[in-house]
Amino acid sequence: MPINILMPALSPTMEKGNIARWLKKEGDSIKSGDVIAEIETDKATMEIEAVDEGVLAKILVPDGTADVPVNQLIGLIAADGEDVAGVAAGGGAPASAPAASAPAAAAAPAAPVAAAPAPVAAAAPTASAPAAGARVFASPLARRIAKDAGLDLTAVSGTGPHGRIVERDVKAAIAGGGVKAAPAPAAASAPAPQAPRAAAPAAMSDEQVKKFYVPGSYEEIPHDSMRKTIARRLVEAKQTIPHFYLTVDCDLDKLLALREEINKAAPSVDGKPAYKVSVNDFVIKGMALALMRVPDANVTWTEGAMLKHRTADVGVAVSIPGGLITPVVRSAEKKSLSTISNEMKDYAARARARKLKPDEYQGGTSAVSNLGMFGIKHFSAVINPPHATILAVGTGEQRVVVKNGQPAVATVMSVTLSTDHRAVDGALGAELIAAFKQLIENPMSMLV
Amino acid sequence: MASTPYDILIIGGGPGGYVAAIRAAQLGFKTAIVEREHLGGICLNWGCIPTKALLRSAEIYHYAQHPEAYGLKIEGKVTFDPGAVVKRSRGVSAQLNGGVAFLLKKNKVDVIWGEATISKVGEVTVGASSKPVVQPQNPVPKGVLGAGTYQAKHIIVSTGARPRVLPGIEPDGKLIWTYFEAMVPTTFPKSLIVMGSGAIGIEFASFYATMGCEVTVVEVLPQIMPVEDAEIAAVARKRFEKAGIKIMTSTKVVKVEKGANDVTCTVEDDKGVKQSLKAERMISAVGVVCNTENLGLETLGVKLDRGAIVTDGHGRTNVPGVYAIGDVAGPPMLAHKAEHEGVICVETIKGLHTHPMEKTMIPGCTYCHPQVASVGLTEAKAKEAGHTVKVGRFSFVGNGKAIALGEPDGLVKTVFDAKTGKLLGAHMVGAEVTELIQGYVIAMNCETTEEELMHTVFPHPTLSEMMHEAVLDAYGRVIHS
Repeated sequence: MPINILMPALSPTMEKGNIARWLKKEGDSIKSGDVIAEIETDKATMEIEAVDEGVLAKILVPDGTADVPVNQLIGLIAADGEDVAGVAAGGGAPASAPAASAPAAAAAPAAPVAAAPAPVAAAAPTASAPAAGARVFASPLARRIAKDAGLDLTAVSGTGPHGRIVERDVKAAIAGGGVKAAPAPAAASAPAPQAPRAAAPAAMSDEQVKKFYVPGSYEEIPHDSMRKTIARRLVEAKQTIPHFYLTVDCDLDKLLALREEINKAAPSVDGKPAYKVSVNDFVIKGMALALMRVPDANVTWTEGAMLKHRTADVGVAVSIPGGLITPVVRSAEKKSLSTISNEMKDYAARARARKLKPDEYQGGTSAVSNLGMFGIKHFSAVINPPHATILAVGTGEQRVVVKNGQPAVATVMSVTLSTDHRAVDGALGAELIAAFKQLIENPMSMLV
Repeated sequence: MASTPYDILIIGGGPGGYVAAIRAAQLGFKTAIVEREHLGGICLNWGCIPTKALLRSAEIYHYAQHPEAYGLKIEGKVTFDPGAVVKRSRGVSAQLNGGVAFLLKKNKVDVIWGEATISKVGEVTVGASSKPVVQPQNPVPKGVLGAGTYQAKHIIVSTGARPRVLPGIEPDGKLIWTYFEAMVPTTFPKSLIVMGSGAIGIEFASFYATMGCEVTVVEVLPQIMPVEDAEIAAVARKRFEKAGIKIMTSTKVVKVEKGANDVTCTVEDDKGVKQSLKAERMISAVGVVCNTENLGLETLGVKLDRGAIVTDGHGRTNVPGVYAIGDVAGPPMLAHKAEHEGVICVETIKGLHTHPMEKTMIPGCTYCHPQVASVGLTEAKAKEAGHTVKVGRFSFVGNGKAIALGEPDGLVKTVFDAKTGKLLGAHMVGAEVTELIQGYVIAMNCETTEEELMHTVFPHPTLSEMMHEAVLDAYGRVIHS
């Protein structure tokens, strides 16, 4: 009985993933625990480990295939003693085999799930479409009907031969109000993003955009899944979240002095200091404590209720080649600066290697984004749903300020809080950023 | 007698059954097929194939009667030998019958000889055939298994259909024929009444008329070949009448009296006018009924509708483990539909990705002279279904190859949805159209619009150019008309 390898759901919200690469070839023998393939999700690359032993009989979805629905059959393992060629030729039963009759099960076994944990039911709204510019396979009739209806075929999933989009797919998409959800079981629970897409058609087609430029005067780089995710999520954030912004200046002198003191006191491990706390680590800790002091601002908006969080999980925007990712420091209010510092170093390193696990960058209750290292004085950040706030941190610079009626020089850092007005009103946001300022300017209070 | 259980056991070795068996074997299933009479079924033994052999004799005879049309001369008189014509037809059938046995053996499909009853889900009992043997019969293939009880995880019923019998007009095999007797006459009758103008009736009418028989076709509906497009049927009718066939539509046979060597039919038209027709023989070709008896279907509770087994488009019946394909699973009752359903059914059992049978894209062919072929909706049906249509027509007389062949009579017709350019149907009458229709069938399955068909280069000089022209005509761009 061949063992089916299915596209695993690496997180509750995952609907599709890309096969980054197979680490085993057809014919390779596989032991339990072997890494057989790498799956690229929205923002990370994950490994699939074998649960069963046998021989990799057939790779059904090759390296580099994008947008493979969760639970799709991607490969087959021939169990010990099984005819590898036979398994490979048989092709295996699709995971979502039509509920066959009882005797059918005997001849066409509903194979056990190999590496995939069962997908958690409710899926978040992620109706990702294939890359713009990638070839869409659709029948001429499907193209014509879609064109007449003003439907974007990249948003339609095909059910014809080799996933080709055929007439019935387009008709179903039109009937469904635009974008058809993946054929995966998800559909039912996914709410929002279909509507805006149908209501607001894209301003210009790719072809129209390209016409502004002389052919050959640019290089065309197809989007990877991270770029697509960033684009989708930020559009979603700006279209659905009513942002407003609050800016304050924080005096950093005490914090810088404390930082120096703390770092000097770091014990040495293997000739290196055990920690080196950064200003940003203080910012993370300060944001977490501020959220605990103003718990009404430590919230997430949902249509039905306000989710008031019991811990402050602070996402930290990390720039990586080709995009950015926001690993989350969980319960940052309880963690020491050195713990936060070391955690962030580990996150940053693994983020650059795209090795973060989904549960390390999903969720969170707020976020910080720091562009101080680029000398940015002040900016406002886009909220990263499901957060209700994000703190944009500028550079710490010496400025002339007025102290006790006299001009004085101080190291000042401007921070701007973006808030989701549905969840955090103006005064509440002001309370939060005031609490943050108070903590940053009196950093010793973060240590107690 | 218990034996190793089969994965798939198929009851009936017709075109649906044997193709399903071969596909099942390809997919690695341990497969058996039960047959009580002849591998290849009606199609190969008493239908499609032997009639094509008869019609080929008629066609050549027809050309031989008009050698001067091609600048030829035949010294003396061209005649025919009914015995030899029939013998050739049987030979063709026997050759293919043996071919099916070979294919099944090659694919390691067990053949069980006898009549099957599904004793319970997963079990089939095979006993002696209760059906009277129709002669001549091909020999039972070597190495077949015999009566007994056989286990199978999946049982596919593909028992086909048989001629419908109208009360009071029961075929007796002597004066009133079904297609069985009509296919193996010892002499050709001088006069013949054909009741029913579907594919079977019209093919025999065409054959016998060509062989010099005086033929009258009686059709109860207002149009001959009732499933075909009205315009096509009208062109065909004109040709048949020109060839000497008498056609009575909107007319039914109300009484048949048998004489010593003739029959007298009383027919009545839709205005109630009766008349009497006399002929040496009569063929009853009023459709077919499904072979659902003695299979144990009632006991299992397998659902039937209008005599046919109800399936879900993948061959599944309401009883798990029992499937049905082909004629017994309902219309259209065509060999190629049965074959395709067999493959879909077996692949569904395997768990492969299949789509239900798309019945609107099954072509139909009638091998009368002239031939008729069609796929999809007729113009009338398309309008009935709510389509605004664009219709294209092209006559054979505008086609170089048709003229060169001496076949200037015929019509190709296309029906498009005006809004989307979807090809809804295509209909043809004329020489060789049965070989042409699949071009449109592929186009429909690939969901082309008129644009791709217009962009397609059709070879010159061929009859297929008319298919191009009929598309162009639907959009006002026809060239040779």
